[in-house]
Amino acid sequence: MGLFMFRLEKRPSPSAFWQYATPVLAVLLTMVAGGALFALLGKNPVAAIRTIFWDPLFGEFAFYLRGQLLVKAGPLILIAVGLSLGFRAGIWNIGAEGQYIMGAIFGAGVALAVFPTENRLIFPVMIVAGAFGGWLWAMIPAVLKTRFNTNEILVSLMLVYVAQTVLSKAATGFLRNPQGMGFPGSRNFSSYPAARNVELFAGSGMHWGVVAAFIAVIAAYVLLQRHLLGFQIKLAGQAPRAARFAGVQPTRLVVMCMGISGALAGMAGMFEVAGPAGQISIDFASGYGFTAIIVAFLGRLNPIGILLAGLVMALTYVGGEMASTNLGLPSAAIQVFQGMLLFFLLGVDVLTNYRLRLTKGRAA
Amino acid sequence: MNRRTMMATAALGLGLAFGGSVQAAGMDKVKACFVYVGPVGDGGWTYQHDQGRLALIEAFGDKVDATTFQENVPEGADSERVLTQMALGGCNIIFTTSFGYMDATNAVAAKFPNVMFEHATGFKREHPNVSTYNARFYEGRAVQGHIAGKMTKSNKIGYIGSFPIPEVIMGINSYYLHAKKVNPDVELSVVWAFTWFDPAKEADAAKAMIEQGVDVIAAHTDSTAPLAEAAKTPGVIGFGQASDMSAYKPSPRVSSIIDNWAPYYVKRVGQLLDGTYAQADAWEGIAGGEVEIGEITDAVPAEVKAEAEAMRDAIGAGTYHPFTGPINKQDGSAWLAEGQTAPDGDLLGMNFFVEGIKGDIPQ
Amino acid sequence: MDLSSINPAVLIASLMVASVPIMLAAIGELVVEKAGVLNLGVEGMMIMGAICGFIVAVNTGSPVAGFLGGAAGGAVLSLVFALLTQVLLANQVASGLALTLFGVGLSSLMGQGFVGIRPPLTSAVDLGPLADIPVLGHILFRHDPMVYIAIAVVAGVWAVLRFTRAGLILRAVGESHEAAHALGYKVTRIRIMAILFGGAMAGLGGAYLSLIRVPQWTDGITAGAGWIALAIVVFASWQPWRVLIGAYLFGGISVLQLNLQVAKVPIPPEYLSMSPYLITILVLVIMSSGKGRKALNAPAALGQNFHASR
Repeated sequence: MGLFMFRLEKRPSPSAFWQYATPVLAVLLTMVAGGALFALLGKNPVAAIRTIFWDPLFGEFAFYLRGQLLVKAGPLILIAVGLSLGFRAGIWNIGAEGQYIMGAIFGAGVALAVFPTENRLIFPVMIVAGAFGGWLWAMIPAVLKTRFNTNEILVSLMLVYVAQTVLSKAATGFLRNPQGMGFPGSRNFSSYPAARNVELFAGSGMHWGVVAAFIAVIAAYVLLQRHLLGFQIKLAGQAPRAARFAGVQPTRLVVMCMGISGALAGMAGMFEVAGPAGQISIDFASGYGFTAIIVAFLGRLNPIGILLAGLVMALTYVGGEMASTNLGLPSAAIQVFQGMLLFFLLGVDVLTNYRLRLTKGRAA
Repeated sequence: MNRRTMMATAALGLGLAFGGSVQAAGMDKVKACFVYVGPVGDGGWTYQHDQGRLALIEAFGDKVDATTFQENVPEGADSERVLTQMALGGCNIIFTTSFGYMDATNAVAAKFPNVMFEHATGFKREHPNVSTYNARFYEGRAVQGHIAGKMTKSNKIGYIGSFPIPEVIMGINSYYLHAKKVNPDVELSVVWAFTWFDPAKEADAAKAMIEQGVDVIAAHTDSTAPLAEAAKTPGVIGFGQASDMSAYKPSPRVSSIIDNWAPYYVKRVGQLLDGTYAQADAWEGIAGGEVEIGEITDAVPAEVKAEAEAMRDAIGAGTYHPFTGPINKQDGSAWLAEGQTAPDGDLLGMNFFVEGIKGDIPQ
Repeated sequence: MDLSSINPAVLIASLMVASVPIMLAAIGELVVEKAGVLNLGVEGMMIMGAICGFIVAVNTGSPVAGFLGGAAGGAVLSLVFALLTQVLLANQVASGLALTLFGVGLSSLMGQGFVGIRPPLTSAVDLGPLADIPVLGHILFRHDPMVYIAIAVVAGVWAVLRFTRAGLILRAVGESHEAAHALGYKVTRIRIMAILFGGAMAGLGGAYLSLIRVPQWTDGITAGAGWIALAIVVFASWQPWRVLIGAYLFGGISVLQLNLQVAKVPIPPEYLSMSPYLITILVLVIMSSGKGRKALNAPAALGQNFHASR
């Protein structure tokens, strides 16, 4: 051990300065480390970083890509907001991917059942069905947890694999496009106006799912600040014992948190299938449910933070694709880059709650 | 109008031209771009498409910029964005190399009428600038089926299917029919892996077959894992799929189907350069050089090898069609009458097994 | 349907092979969780082990060196997790997920020159006359060394946890880090060592995939095995021998469902492919019902970070 060591000292309360400064610091550190990685791969690091972080926002094609950021961030934010409520209360739903898939299947199933009826009510009913599908899938781990004390992390995770099998069954079987010549995949919603999740302003990327994400952010903020349930969630997470004395019913809390997160994930899936994705296909699930977990943490389980984290995450996806296409960076390098960003964000977060002290001699 | 607003209108679907007129006049330089579903390093499907891309560079040199490609593009919303970026970025022709890109390809093509789109394995051509192309892999399956029927000692042959879609089903039928023709006792086991690419699962599927006495394994999944598994048991053979998989020569890999996209890519980009390009629905096979039968190794007796090569040549010359009647469906009803060959429409929508195959297609 | 074509002895022998990677990864994770740390990055560490092991084996021509390299690869990646969660006190769930994302990407980057290459072969252990015992010989005595090593690791972990002082300390740290700290144990250091062990075992399991089971390198070779390893730990209610049972059960179901398909048992393959997951859920329910978390034997401090304030 060296003579000088770092020592962490807990702050009495989280530092307001570092709370905002750490994400910026993490992004800067990622740029340095990522730049080194890109240079190692024989690419111009400055150009690569600029392509990822600058071009989607202000580059030549920003008029298109800014909208795409919303398309990519919408489902991430919607799912992450739901998850964050449970995470705060110590309820670990990490199977949002499965709930997202089931929401899409339910939502799409309702619409395809009445195809080609044109009715204004179809889309709202699809939203409800999508939310219901996700809720239902989340209720399985919730009920098993409350009834049998089964670990919800694993049950919800296992159900992701089950949902993926149901999805491939839907694409090749019960939701398959009868006019698709036997190919897998449902009808495309782009040719079914009543069920289409339209882009609200052309080129903006704004669709109903993005709107729902914004509403969810506001609702979650209000819930946590003003509502009894929000108080119970925070209490259960910080002091489970005290929560019980304060009359928080753990069963009810589990069912509420899992239900909300499942319903939001299901809605996200439904908006995606009726909008950007356009159809139920074997590869419909693209990992939003898992990425949203990371987004929830990057946003510090805070609705506003999740909004920003979702946008940053979307930026690395969209910008990463640009770098991959234009600079020939392997897509794996972009994945590594995203991993680094997460590492740094998680790592420097320590500065929010702890003070770094340089001490002489051995560390504790 | 500056460049940016011009692009914007293009993106909005008004489609003002940039990059020059394409159809009639020909072009001095073509930027060809590729969208891949997997990594270039998958050793199978995507690898072969990338070989086709490299062939373009070799064939045209400076006249073609084929450096733009994107790996691992998920099918769905992401592919639409990648395609739009490529079209905005000045690509003149974009090859989308997986079935799942079908709707995205057509949607983006509508917004960029001056960019040509080529979609592999699909059937939708909703706009004049969308062409589709595929290869008649079932022709290669016929040759493999012949070898399988001759080579099996246990009379049990196997087929690892990915998804129950027409392309896979017609391969299974072709494989079985030709094995049965030379070996009436042959029995076929089909295992559905429900994945295109999962080496561990593919290896397990091959293993399960081998344990039940199957000694010839064909796979319609993309990794070399079934061959690696076959290599562990002496006497079991298999075939390379999508790419030659020559690392497993001379046995267990006794032959292979190689997807060779280079001739098609060179042809289409060449047409774009000289102005003869037109919308097309290409479905080439052995004759067009798109389906290649990889070297049949010495593990196969010389006479079987000669027969297999004769079949390959007959298919290539157009004198033999792998689906020639009489062929009944699995339920015993007639499909093709004596001497009748299968219409392409039947093949493209194939959702039934032929008579003699046991087991159901998952619905 | 032809069930007679399924030979039980062969089936058991192949499930023993199929379960090696998940068994190794799960026993490693068990130690990590016993120390009170939840590392969800098993998948990432496994795949790093798979590529590192593959690269080393191909370059040295030695499978043994390959397995050591795989263990080292997994351990090095787990060090990142240790740094984040033990030194910088980051959230364990998020760090674990990030680890998986990073590991999958990095392995694909490292593996770009190694696609389509055949690794050096690992031969079966020559157990002489034992292998010739009818039925039993085929089931038990014709495997590659890793099958036995995996079982030995399980036995070793069981013995250490149960009979040694080190095991006692590890469990104490996982039950209450405050108390363990008060007793003078170096909580952080012990946990880092547990994490490294978990990483090495996951890496070893990954290397088994790329060097023996598949055997080749392809992107995404682990295909979810790491997540299954996590499930097995809970299934086993944190007891080493049950990890062995859980791994055999999981390996067994996946082998059996493919065998049933080959034997043309008329059960739709979708149901067969989802069955391992449904059965795990069922088993989890049975294991945990009615007796509370205590019966599940979960370490009390699982997932909580520790900071010594003095």
